[in-house]
Amino acid sequence: MTDQTPALRLEGIVKTFPGVRALDGVSFTVMPGEVHALMGENGAGKSTLMKVLGGILTPNEGQIFIEEQPTIMSSPMNAKAKGVVFIHQELSLADELSVAENIFLGELPKKSFGRVDWQRLYDETDAILKTLNVGFDARTRVGDLSIANQQMVEIARALTVEPRAVIFDEPTASLTDAEKVVLFEVIADLQSRGVGVIYISHRMEEIFKITDRISVLRDGQYRGTLNTAETNEEEVTQLMIGRTLDLSRNESTHEMGEVALEVRGLSCGDLFQDVSFSVRRGEVVGFYGLVGAGRTEIAETLFGLREPSAGTIHLAGEEVSIHSPADAIKRGISLVPEDRKGQGLILGMNCRDNMTLPQVSDLTAGPFVSDGAEVAIFDQYRDKLDIRTPGWRQMVGNLSGGNQQKIVIGKWLSMRPEVLIVDEPTRGIDVGSKSEIHNLIRELAAQGYAVIVISSEMPEVLHVSDRIVAMFSGRVMREFTAEEVTEDSLIQAISGIASDKVA
Amino acid sequence: MAELTKKGLGGFLARQGILVAFAVFMIAFAVANPRFIDIDNVFGVIRSSAILGVMALGVTFVVIGGNLDLSVGSMMSFSTIVVLDLHDKIGPTLAIPSMFAMTLALGAFIGILVGYLKLNSLIVTLGMLSAIHGLTLTYSGGKNMDIADKSGTWFSVFGQGSVAGVPMPILIFAGLAILLSIILSRTPFGRKVYAVGGNGLAATFSGIPRARVVFMTYLMSSFCVATAGLIQASRSLGSQNTVGQGMELEVLAAVILGGASLLGGAGTIFKTVIGVLILGFIQNGLLLLGLAFYAQYVVTWIIIILAVWLDIAAKRGGLWSRIA
Amino acid sequence: MKNETRANLIKQGAIWAFIVVELAFFSIAGEFLSVTETAFMDFDNMLLLLKQSAPIGIIALGMTIIMINGNIDLSVGATFALAAIVLLDSMTWPFMQNLGNWAIPLAWLFALATGVVLGAINGLIVWKTGVDAFIVTLGSMLGYRGLVFMYNGEQPTSHLNWTLVDFAEAQFLGLHTATWFLLGAALLLWLLMIRTVHGRNAYAIGNNRDAAVNAGIRVGPHFLWNFMLIGFLAALSAVVFYSESGSVNPNDGMLYELWAITAVVLGGTKLSGGYGSIISTLGGVIAIQLLRKGLGHIGADTETVNLVIGLILIAVLFLDRQLNRKGKEELRT
Repeated sequence: MTDQTPALRLEGIVKTFPGVRALDGVSFTVMPGEVHALMGENGAGKSTLMKVLGGILTPNEGQIFIEEQPTIMSSPMNAKAKGVVFIHQELSLADELSVAENIFLGELPKKSFGRVDWQRLYDETDAILKTLNVGFDARTRVGDLSIANQQMVEIARALTVEPRAVIFDEPTASLTDAEKVVLFEVIADLQSRGVGVIYISHRMEEIFKITDRISVLRDGQYRGTLNTAETNEEEVTQLMIGRTLDLSRNESTHEMGEVALEVRGLSCGDLFQDVSFSVRRGEVVGFYGLVGAGRTEIAETLFGLREPSAGTIHLAGEEVSIHSPADAIKRGISLVPEDRKGQGLILGMNCRDNMTLPQVSDLTAGPFVSDGAEVAIFDQYRDKLDIRTPGWRQMVGNLSGGNQQKIVIGKWLSMRPEVLIVDEPTRGIDVGSKSEIHNLIRELAAQGYAVIVISSEMPEVLHVSDRIVAMFSGRVMREFTAEEVTEDSLIQAISGIASDKVA
Repeated sequence: MAELTKKGLGGFLARQGILVAFAVFMIAFAVANPRFIDIDNVFGVIRSSAILGVMALGVTFVVIGGNLDLSVGSMMSFSTIVVLDLHDKIGPTLAIPSMFAMTLALGAFIGILVGYLKLNSLIVTLGMLSAIHGLTLTYSGGKNMDIADKSGTWFSVFGQGSVAGVPMPILIFAGLAILLSIILSRTPFGRKVYAVGGNGLAATFSGIPRARVVFMTYLMSSFCVATAGLIQASRSLGSQNTVGQGMELEVLAAVILGGASLLGGAGTIFKTVIGVLILGFIQNGLLLLGLAFYAQYVVTWIIIILAVWLDIAAKRGGLWSRIA
Repeated sequence: MKNETRANLIKQGAIWAFIVVELAFFSIAGEFLSVTETAFMDFDNMLLLLKQSAPIGIIALGMTIIMINGNIDLSVGATFALAAIVLLDSMTWPFMQNLGNWAIPLAWLFALATGVVLGAINGLIVWKTGVDAFIVTLGSMLGYRGLVFMYNGEQPTSHLNWTLVDFAEAQFLGLHTATWFLLGAALLLWLLMIRTVHGRNAYAIGNNRDAAVNAGIRVGPHFLWNFMLIGFLAALSAVVFYSESGSVNPNDGMLYELWAITAVVLGGTKLSGGYGSIISTLGGVIAIQLLRKGLGHIGADTETVNLVIGLILIAVLFLDRQLNRKGKEELRT
């Protein structure tokens, strides 16, 4: 492989944003016909690097070579014309338009008077779709396709040119296993045509299955390249986070109290069915499963945001019905939502006001909001959670992800809940803050809170939970205690493979 | 992050730009024509801005809550016509509360549609603009409304009276501005309005009854409109059916000029008052300079675009947009 | 996927079904309530209806494109008035009067150019400053109206040219000149949106702006062209209307933007952009005009028209929402 001309080579790429050095002298090489994984923690600079490659961002320093020719990527179109195609993580399709129009977006074939040459458009599209072996045609409206098929449309876009390098950014995030197989076939096909593939993913099992080499970024710096066949997960992880990951179970145990929350046969339409579980005071129950397994929807139902179609909810042994978040809050349920920026915070509001929002009606002196009471609450939880901010007047949007998450957690702790539900507590948070938040969750349980943690990250669930509920496609597959759980059995359960001991 | 924590003169200008512009503008006009800052002139300007101003106070709540209200103009016509009609039928003492009740009912209707049914506020209030206009015409039969005995009624006090030399419309405008400013900045309700407009979903996830808050903002808006209609009716003691026509957009212009974001979550009553005063003083200043009355519209246009442009330019750190 | 196409057909057909219901209602109700002896569905009546739809209709066609593109234009009413003033006033200019009837095409040209320039100003501001089109055109609505008033104060601007009036009142194949302009504009714009790269890109930009940008579509020039187009159409509407009437008041065209938006929304165009159809807007325009005429026909006060149209607009919005609900499982927000 070393004798070949690299399909793509980066040298000393530097990209700075005001106050941040997002990429700091990154160099790496992609050979034709290789699948090259790019790994790194969130914020390590992967997306920035790919945007530089895709022509969306212009680097401050450094050089890009395509087949050893120095190149400047001035725009996504320019990059594509040079054979470098970026397949976005968030689908960037116009769902009201046809498949063909999306594939040739920005480069529709023209006839006289600026008319679209539909015949050519459809013919060329169908030819591309044929190589991908998909079950829809050029005229289909994209909005009518499944997510996986939409992903295929994204991939088909790469094939309108003779690609030299194709960048996949987290392509499997929303695919089923069967759909993944098709995707991997497509990648293998590209590989056999001598295309260099850059594959960004967090999923180790995929990385080890399909890639040839792995390059790692950390804090905007290039950390090295490993041959996939000669390395293992630990080595990659170590490179990514700069130390070995603490995969151990939590050892701290403490007394558990009464059952705080019990759910019996809870269903909500197609979202989840017949879900039963209970949480004791002082216990952390982890909910593990794939995206779309119904975990978040259960949390939202408990928090009064969805109407259950069957089943009962019991708090401290008493059956309750919850019709709104206000109801849930009154009964002592708190939810730290999945989408911190969309659901958890009002980014244009200051730290204190965000934290006291659920109880602002109670923090009054006469008809007015009591400044003193608010500041007192903020100060208390700032100290308790070690929130780093210049002061309560700081806009929440200006804080780091970890500190933002602590504001949300502080907001709900200050409500002194009986049951605390935390959905994806460390998504998009740097490694340091991650373990802080894990420790915090354990501490809260030790103080007697009943805690539910929903997570898609297995190490996280294993680390914080006393018990784990595995979900698949809207159903509880199995419940594990911290002692009996193994990674294998957990993976089986969330993939819908019933083990001998189905719950 | 550095550019977000603005310090020094640039930051001050970005944050208080509208105030600075207002001050510069006032000084320039005052130098050009000293009559501009004559107390009678100033009172005259504020008095003639009061009706627009009172409406803008209410719309500020709606806009901060993340919605629009294009119906205030035709709603004001409605209030004016109704109170003038009822004045002669049931007397001013009963006419005023009846008019308020009817206007609040319209506000509540919009509040239900936008708040509880979650319909798009632009289209709903656009529809209501038309519907209320039709309602007014149906009510009046398309005829102008006049009070029969114009000299013998105490009803004129709201538009024509004065206390200690200060005209009544100014007092009402100022009083309402202070009251609403306190509600918006100091009460839990005000905080909730900001939360709902800033991020409605996050507000819901914090247990804030979004629908009720939005409903309340429209109720407040219609209360302000009723007050404006009262001043209008009392000042002229007679009115056409179209007295408020087109005001919805001028009101919105004043609110935007004051710096409220159309996306919601930002703005203050104080800044809206400044926006209203700027519009009023531009009109007056241009007249004193001898420019045609209608030149104010052109100047207003330029000022609105400049104000919003500079505001977003400061946020993105560049004068020109990044639209390719 | 079959269901999807059917749902789509229902969506596009809804406005025409509504028109049929209106026709049926007014025809039957007219039998009992009509103040005149003529039937509602009278052929001449319908032809007149089309003619009367033209001024708002032509503007609404342009508004459809602007809204598909993800913008809005509140300044069309003022543009309409200013173009009308230029049209009528330019014919009184000394050099124009020497040209005889050749002054007419030249006056048209001046008026249309006015519209294009005013549209271009909006488009350039939206493009270059990045200020939301709602605010930009809200401002220029005031500004352009100011220009209208500065032109001639509150006096009407008049000039009657009989050749022009004859042309405007002419009927060709039974249809009035104004109707031809409306239908012609609709046909051309429909082809523009359905067949051309510019039209398809306008859909793509309104549908998913980031995707369009990433695909290398230049968003700014599309905005500019579309604003110039709606400016042109507002001026064209003025040309068609004032060629006949010969006199323009400075307040003319006020609230036209709101009527046009109402017609566009009735036609099913999405407020958020990316979805809509020229033909459905034409349906929306006709539906509104039918309502006006129909209510008059059954003896309702013309005043109630505003009330009914406003409520129908809200009802349409409500129905659209109910049809798109996902049932009880939906998140209660």
